[in-house]
Amino acid sequence: MIPASFEYTRASSVGEAVRMLAAGGEDAKVLAGGHSLLPLMKLRMATPSLLVDVGRVRELSYVRDAGDSLAVGALTRHFDLSRDELVARHAPLLAAVAGQIGDPQVRHRGTIGGSIAHGDPASDLPAACLALGASFVAVGPSGERRIAAADFFTGFLETALAPGELLVEIVVPKATGAGWSFQKFNRRAQDWAIVGCAVVRDGSTRVALVNMGASPLRSPGAEQALAAGASVAEAAERACDGLEPPSDLNASAEYRRHLASVLVTRALAEAGGAPGQEASP
Amino acid sequence: MSATAPAPPGILGQRRLRREDPALLTGEARFVADLDVPGALHLAFVRSTLAHARISSVDVSAALAMPGVVAAFTGADLERDWAAPLPCAWPVTADMKAPRHLPLAVDKVCYMGDAVAVVVAESEYLARDAAEQVFVEYDPLPAVVGIDDALSDRVVIHEELGTNTSYTWELAPDATAVEAAFSSATHRVHGHYVQQRLIPAAIEPRGVVVVPQPFGGEFTVFSSTQIPHILKVMLALTSGIAETSIRVIAPSVGGGFGSKLNVYAEELATLVLAKRLRRPIRWIETRSEGTQATIQGRGQIQDIELAADAEGRVTAVRVKLLADMGAYLQLVTPGVPILGAFLYSGVYDVPAYSISCTSVFTNLTPTDAYRGAGRPEATYAIERAMDALARQVGVDPAEIRRRNYIKAEKFPYASAAGLVYDSGAYEAALDRALELAGYQELRAEQARRRESGDSVQLGIGLSSYMEMCGLAPSRVLASLNYSAGGWEAATVRLLPTGKVQVVTGTSPHGQGHETSWSMIAADRLGVSPDDVEVLHSDTAVAPYGLDTYGSRSLSVGGVAVAIATDRVIEKARKIVAHQLEVADEDLELAGGAFTVKGSPDRSMPLGAVAFEAFTAHDLPDGLEPNLEASCHFDPPNFTFPFGTHVAVVEVDLETGRVILRSYVAVDDCGNQVNPLIVEGQVHGGVAQGVAQALFEKASYDEQGTLLTSTLLDYLVPAASELPSFVTASTVTPSPTNLLGVKGVGEAGTIGSAPAVINAVCDALARQGIHDIEMPATPERVWRALKEVAAR
Repeated sequence: MIPASFEYTRASSVGEAVRMLAAGGEDAKVLAGGHSLLPLMKLRMATPSLLVDVGRVRELSYVRDAGDSLAVGALTRHFDLSRDELVARHAPLLAAVAGQIGDPQVRHRGTIGGSIAHGDPASDLPAACLALGASFVAVGPSGERRIAAADFFTGFLETALAPGELLVEIVVPKATGAGWSFQKFNRRAQDWAIVGCAVVRDGSTRVALVNMGASPLRSPGAEQALAAGASVAEAAERACDGLEPPSDLNASAEYRRHLASVLVTRALAEAGGAPGQEASP
Repeated sequence: MSATAPAPPGILGQRRLRREDPALLTGEARFVADLDVPGALHLAFVRSTLAHARISSVDVSAALAMPGVVAAFTGADLERDWAAPLPCAWPVTADMKAPRHLPLAVDKVCYMGDAVAVVVAESEYLARDAAEQVFVEYDPLPAVVGIDDALSDRVVIHEELGTNTSYTWELAPDATAVEAAFSSATHRVHGHYVQQRLIPAAIEPRGVVVVPQPFGGEFTVFSSTQIPHILKVMLALTSGIAETSIRVIAPSVGGGFGSKLNVYAEELATLVLAKRLRRPIRWIETRSEGTQATIQGRGQIQDIELAADAEGRVTAVRVKLLADMGAYLQLVTPGVPILGAFLYSGVYDVPAYSISCTSVFTNLTPTDAYRGAGRPEATYAIERAMDALARQVGVDPAEIRRRNYIKAEKFPYASAAGLVYDSGAYEAALDRALELAGYQELRAEQARRRESGDSVQLGIGLSSYMEMCGLAPSRVLASLNYSAGGWEAATVRLLPTGKVQVVTGTSPHGQGHETSWSMIAADRLGVSPDDVEVLHSDTAVAPYGLDTYGSRSLSVGGVAVAIATDRVIEKARKIVAHQLEVADEDLELAGGAFTVKGSPDRSMPLGAVAFEAFTAHDLPDGLEPNLEASCHFDPPNFTFPFGTHVAVVEVDLETGRVILRSYVAVDDCGNQVNPLIVEGQVHGGVAQGVAQALFEKASYDEQGTLLTSTLLDYLVPAASELPSFVTASTVTPSPTNLLGVKGVGEAGTIGSAPAVINAVCDALARQGIHDIEMPATPERVWRALKEVAAR
């Protein structure tokens, strides 16, 4: 439980962080809340040569009304997200998800940007962002760009972020009044989901799943079925089409498929909205 | 003169807050890792990544070359530094096979985590970094992971023993009677149960600091241990250092649950290296290291058969046990199943009994005592089997128990296994538990849910347990081949100012002995517990002791405190009688003062007596100065606490998830010194049993690789997974000691696992499911449901 040695530097602005990352090269890692990276380092599964600490870049901690969307600073802590009034009104799914991550200590340290950039298929916030149709703003040496959540998670702990790029903002389209649900199945309250399901119904239905593949993902089977007017039961049955969930100590792939279909059923029921109301996604 | 405040009468039984807690809660308490020893070196062990392999080579040269590394040793380097292998104190049979167990492996490794080398460095970080630069080449061997595989001797782990079987132990006082009972039985029940391996996971990992006195040749060993006294003797025997040169101190210890009832490789190695290098050395276990290098609990396969008559009265119990010792025998490894082997007839009046136990070596971490040690396993088997019998006979689980309980008037009760149970009133505890649980209402709710086809079904599980604690009468231990006795020591002193000093041989690590022992002494002396200090866990302060495990401390050590206190009182009485010129028997002690019977104005407070004893100016002829007395109490019998627990679970038939909805524990541990501490023990114990039933399992792959080596994978439940327990007690004093106490440290764990699994099976009975292996994970329940649906 003792990490290998590493260099540490602290950035005071986005620009400085980007310069430090560029100088640090391939083995540099961004440290925000530290709740994904530090455990990996303690197990020596991650051995970065340099940590660029952005924990004090206060300009990155905010929730703003940006018209059709909410702009959430990457350094916003889970606890703040779970208690934010704008989030509660326009993206209640996000608040509900943030409020169930880990335990109070984790929620006060962990950041949304860290969770998204880590790209862990077992994390809840990536699924929430997928269900909400969010997009992510990254800043790198060559400037700023925006990446849709649907294009962001590219593989196991891999994202569309280029080396040297810093995730700075999460743009969440307002889903005011939309039906939503978050179903988290775990053994202990503070654990990762064994399987989770986030649903938003705002004319179309987006169904995102936690821990059902190598990356955070949406369920094409369930979404297509619903778009074609299928019943909740039929959509749930197709929830795992094309997916390859992992087998681990907590659950076999087979059991995960079963759980996903149960959770999709429950989520769709809770999110409300009759089938047949689907618009094209 | 007296600085001692008078106390209200009747201290015993008060809910007094624990005096230990302020320091623990504020961080003031010092654990081994908190000890700041200037100039200390740090150890890191290089551990086998394979379960079974020959060691081809160990290269420490790269580690030695690193700055800050002081030394590095292989197992071969240190082989001649050990005076004796690590000890096993319980050769349960004369022909038991035991491998030579050195702190560092020399030729081969026998489990993942077996130490192969050790690095000594100027800091903990440097030591860990350097340990990664020790290169070990292995020649892998096939691993023996399961008990059945071990029995086959397909691969013999310790070639010199010729077999993986360590011993077979049998108890069959009347085999003919057992046979006869089975051949004439109306009902026969067979239960096959698996006790998974558990990782103890005390909140404080292990750690040891050894400080040598460079000119005195003496060694102070600070260890996070339950057994400073036993450790001192064993370290002397295994290191070759004279016992008089070793002082062992257990500072604040953050839990043990049996895992610190041992003599570990790291303790011996740290001592031997401190001697070799003449420097203070510390080693602090990491959590992941502890999952491999600290003993594990349970690890048994049980086959239990009941014979019963037409009404379901059990006429015989026959048990066949298989126990997984792991790679080596630790301090009491072989004795753990034996501690339970007398108890498979539970709380029932069973005339015929036989049991055999075969224990084997595997390529896994050694097992040893874990909260309950053999008794939770026994209780699980009989209580699961009683539910099966109830089903077969067609009566309620409560009714089958009533029909079979040993009746209150039969105590002391001689069991077919050869024990004499001290006292019991089993049905009263059942009645109270059913009442508190609202048993009839629960059955009605269950019926409604079954009727309506609810996707969430209700299950109600009972467990009536009885355990054997107060370890132990020394002569009985001798008959079981245990290498030590079972007494406990106490010394009580009245200091010159009238304050009271209690020295105990018990070694608390969360139990609150300072609070309880001060109450026992204060109650007898008639002073306030705040005026009683309790010293412990330092072999220089408390030279005699057999330490804390097996729910023994109160019923052996607490009784020793009471007897020593009484001896001090008798000496004080002689001094007062002399000075007041009355006969001994004319004095009575109350409110902290001796008073002449019938003359309330003629009295002498204890503090004044203490000062008189200290100055020795006017003592009776022949009486020595000072008020001090000791007691080495060897209990005449075990004690037998009991109780009934009721677990209520909801099982989600769609996901297989089990939620423990409510839990009632009615425990009878005899007289209670401090009910607050009793309840604390029950709460923690129940949580640990629920953990076995629903959450925890040390999982290994087919190569013997531990898969649950972090608390992310090894699911220790937290408060959020548990309901608020309802606890109550009945009080049936033990007639075998003057306090009438029995012990409660393990009761919660012993009673709870079968209650929970009986509840899970009860919820699923309508579906035709009658067994779910522990832990009853959602996937296991779902698979069971799927299997019956496919039939």
